[in-house]
Amino acid sequence: MNVMPNHWIDVGALDDIPKRGARMIKAAHGCIAVFRTADDQVFALDDRCPHRGGPLSQGIVHGTRVTCPLHEAVIRLDTGEIDGPDDGRVTTVAARIESGRILIDGEGLAILAEREIAS
Amino acid sequence: MTQRLVVVGNGMAPGRVLDHLFERDPDAYRVTIFNAEPRVNYNRILLSPVLSGEKGFDDIIIHDEAWYAGHGITLHRGCKVVHIDRQARRVVGADGTVADYDRLVIATGSAPIIIPLPGVDLPGVMTYRDLDDVDAMVEAAARHRRAVVIGGGLLGLEAAAGLQQRGMETTVIHLAPTLMERQLDPAAGFLLEQAVTARGIAVHTGANTKAILGRDRVEGVRLEDGREIPADIVVMAVGIRPSTDLARAAGLEVNRGVVVDDAMATSDPEILAVGECVEHRGTCYGLVAPLYEMAKVAAARLLGDGSAAYTGSVTSTKLKVTGIDLFSAGDFADGKDREEIVLRDARRGVYKRLIIAGNRIIGAVLYGETRDGPWFFDLLKTGADITELRETLIFGQGYAGGAPLDPTEAVAALPAEAEICGCNGVRKQTILDAIAAAGLSDVRGVRTHTKASASCGSCTGLVEHLLARALGDGFVKAAVESVCGCTKFGHDDVRRLIVAQQLKSIPAVMQALEWTTSCGCAKCRPALNYYLLATWPGEYQDDSQSRFINERVHANIQRDGTYSVVPRMWGGVTSAAELRAIADVVDRFAIPTVKVTGGQRIDLLGVRKEDLPAVWGDLGRAGLVSGHAYAKGLRTVKTCVGTDWCRFGTQDSTGLGVRLEKFLWGSWTPAKVKMGVSGCPRNCAEATIKDVGVVCVDSGFELHVGGAAGLHVKGTQLLCKVATEDAVVEHCAAVVQLYREQGRYLERIYKWADRVGLDSIREHVVDDAGRRRELHDRFVFSQRFAQKDPWAERAAGAQAHEFRPLVDLTGLGAAAE
Repeated sequence: MNVMPNHWIDVGALDDIPKRGARMIKAAHGCIAVFRTADDQVFALDDRCPHRGGPLSQGIVHGTRVTCPLHEAVIRLDTGEIDGPDDGRVTTVAARIESGRILIDGEGLAILAEREIAS
Repeated sequence: MTQRLVVVGNGMAPGRVLDHLFERDPDAYRVTIFNAEPRVNYNRILLSPVLSGEKGFDDIIIHDEAWYAGHGITLHRGCKVVHIDRQARRVVGADGTVADYDRLVIATGSAPIIIPLPGVDLPGVMTYRDLDDVDAMVEAAARHRRAVVIGGGLLGLEAAAGLQQRGMETTVIHLAPTLMERQLDPAAGFLLEQAVTARGIAVHTGANTKAILGRDRVEGVRLEDGREIPADIVVMAVGIRPSTDLARAAGLEVNRGVVVDDAMATSDPEILAVGECVEHRGTCYGLVAPLYEMAKVAAARLLGDGSAAYTGSVTSTKLKVTGIDLFSAGDFADGKDREEIVLRDARRGVYKRLIIAGNRIIGAVLYGETRDGPWFFDLLKTGADITELRETLIFGQGYAGGAPLDPTEAVAALPAEAEICGCNGVRKQTILDAIAAAGLSDVRGVRTHTKASASCGSCTGLVEHLLARALGDGFVKAAVESVCGCTKFGHDDVRRLIVAQQLKSIPAVMQALEWTTSCGCAKCRPALNYYLLATWPGEYQDDSQSRFINERVHANIQRDGTYSVVPRMWGGVTSAAELRAIADVVDRFAIPTVKVTGGQRIDLLGVRKEDLPAVWGDLGRAGLVSGHAYAKGLRTVKTCVGTDWCRFGTQDSTGLGVRLEKFLWGSWTPAKVKMGVSGCPRNCAEATIKDVGVVCVDSGFELHVGGAAGLHVKGTQLLCKVATEDAVVEHCAAVVQLYREQGRYLERIYKWADRVGLDSIREHVVDDAGRRRELHDRFVFSQRFAQKDPWAERAAGAQAHEFRPLVDLTGLGAAAE
């Protein structure tokens, strides 16, 4: 990916999110869910389940997956794909940890916003 | 110029100081030692084999006469130092012996703690600390028959084992619920107790000694509960206390021990202190490894090495009793951000537990196989990152592949005492004995002979595993649907094993029952969280990340991601003040929909998540609390107006409903619980389609269970009839508690009742007043921890992260456009 370092946006401290938990970020064109796994990996995804739009940030996090709170679709945090036979994919935004802070990819965020406008 | 070094004490710590000193510079000091014991330096940790007769004193000598002579040491034996003159730099012995020093090392060690019980001065009461004690015990063992050891720690157990090997009938009395509770977790303590008992030593845990009995010499002890245990000798082994009198009298800084810095210097820089008398960074040590580490630093400092520093020790423990292998190190309490890896192997009697925090081992408990103790201890001390090793870590350093336990082996690994059937109190050994004695080959046979699995049937899976283990291929067990894809076990097996194996955390369950995923899934985690919460009230820490969003934020998520809020209205009764508060909240937060529910409550729909704490705050000020409309717990008690208003009413159904609701609210159950109280058989509160229903009649109250009006519509079954409101409350609590203990997660009461049978419920709740009372009392106990209004806590700021966005980037987005 051709992401410049200055495109990373600091969205908060790692400890702001419980292990096996998630928080929501309000962005210009909707919400982003930021997940923290038991082993301290972070992932950022569009906060909408491809099934019926459920807020994924409210789901139960297990391993590198989240179960949607509305109808129990299981989403892979690394790829955004639905785990199982169903089709569908959630848009992911690159995220990483730097000195205990969570950074998400500003460019990815912008792409997500453009897509939102286009649709 | 050779300086004068005086050492007060001749134990292992100062002995090691001198070893290091002579090794590095034999001529630096002329050494004088004062020893209160009349002998040379010996290995105190090997006193146990001397007591048991496996070793003699000569075998445990560290420094013989020749060593003292060879280093030109003046050793004053049997001479206790009574005074330090810091001004004159001189020590004075009890017999008047005087020695001048340039540097002084205090190593006065520790003394056994003597509990000031009545009778403590009687002949026959002894301690276990030095060779004199051992000699006294050996002599007593030759002349007497019965010994009581007070204290089931390291020293007490070693003393007990030694006395027992010397032929005495030995009893250990221990205050804590499990042996060696400072070094072992309860599971290993339990295994240890079994092993100690198997050697013929009686063990009373949770026992407080009140008095030592006897006229001219010891005749026994009396416990707090009144029991008396006959004894010819009583050994007190409840702990040690640093011996600090000399240092304190000399004006040195003393807390629990003689205070030293990282250079092992006391508050007087010319005086060092080492060993068990020392307190370093607030810690006193009673094990040999830290004393040796201190000795090394002290020796270096005495030789002018200013860089040597002692920074404290992580300690490990091994029990020195032949045939019992036990190792523990570090910190093994459960706690936040801690994980554990557990391995059990019943056939070999092995229990291993590693406590991991931040990918590092912080504690280890090994029982039955301690070969890898030093390796784990090394990883612990060095703080090595174990991420790479994690999968196979527990199998030890020499791991070369191994098969995980299958469920039958896991059940086989249960101790003989493990309770398999909770309803009828049947232990594993009882079942195995019955299988062997009566040649049983199926579950029905076990039920007939032992009553195990004869009531609620939830232990059937475990009984089957026991049969499979006993009969081998000759037994075919029924297929059980597993909790989820993460495990082979079904709900009932998991519940029973949580109890039998004393599993107290989700990771413990996952490890002990060989979960195939590291972190479970959205099916098993909420189930495990409930089972643990229901099994260990007050002890288990609720894991909010293992709850569905509704229970995590105490509101019901709606299809658009907003939430609904339902305040509790006790028995469906409200007031003008409450309604006004609700109306105000609706206006203030622009709540789009207000609706009356089927359970006689008011539902506020469409509340934004960020607004929830403020909404609750406003409602709370009017006295409204959470209605738990989102909970696997008591939802509502629906009532009719009863004798207050209704011309047909036979009892105060409203009052009873309110009373039931105030008693039962807050409890977590396998699935939601809805109740109803109708004032007469016309049944306006629809009590006979509730999970638990009460129908009032002229002569009393009919209790109904197992109704439903949802996916399935089902009338209740009549459980029994009772005469008083008090009886209604007790019966209802007992039913709910039985359901809490037996129900599978998400299994409604009607399904549970169908599964276990109404007769089984009657057996517990109706036929046996004692059992009913026990169920009621267990319910009341768990309510102590459950009845906290979650809304008030969150309105006051708890769990704030659940309700606020991590960050608001909308401004940033706008700027980018």
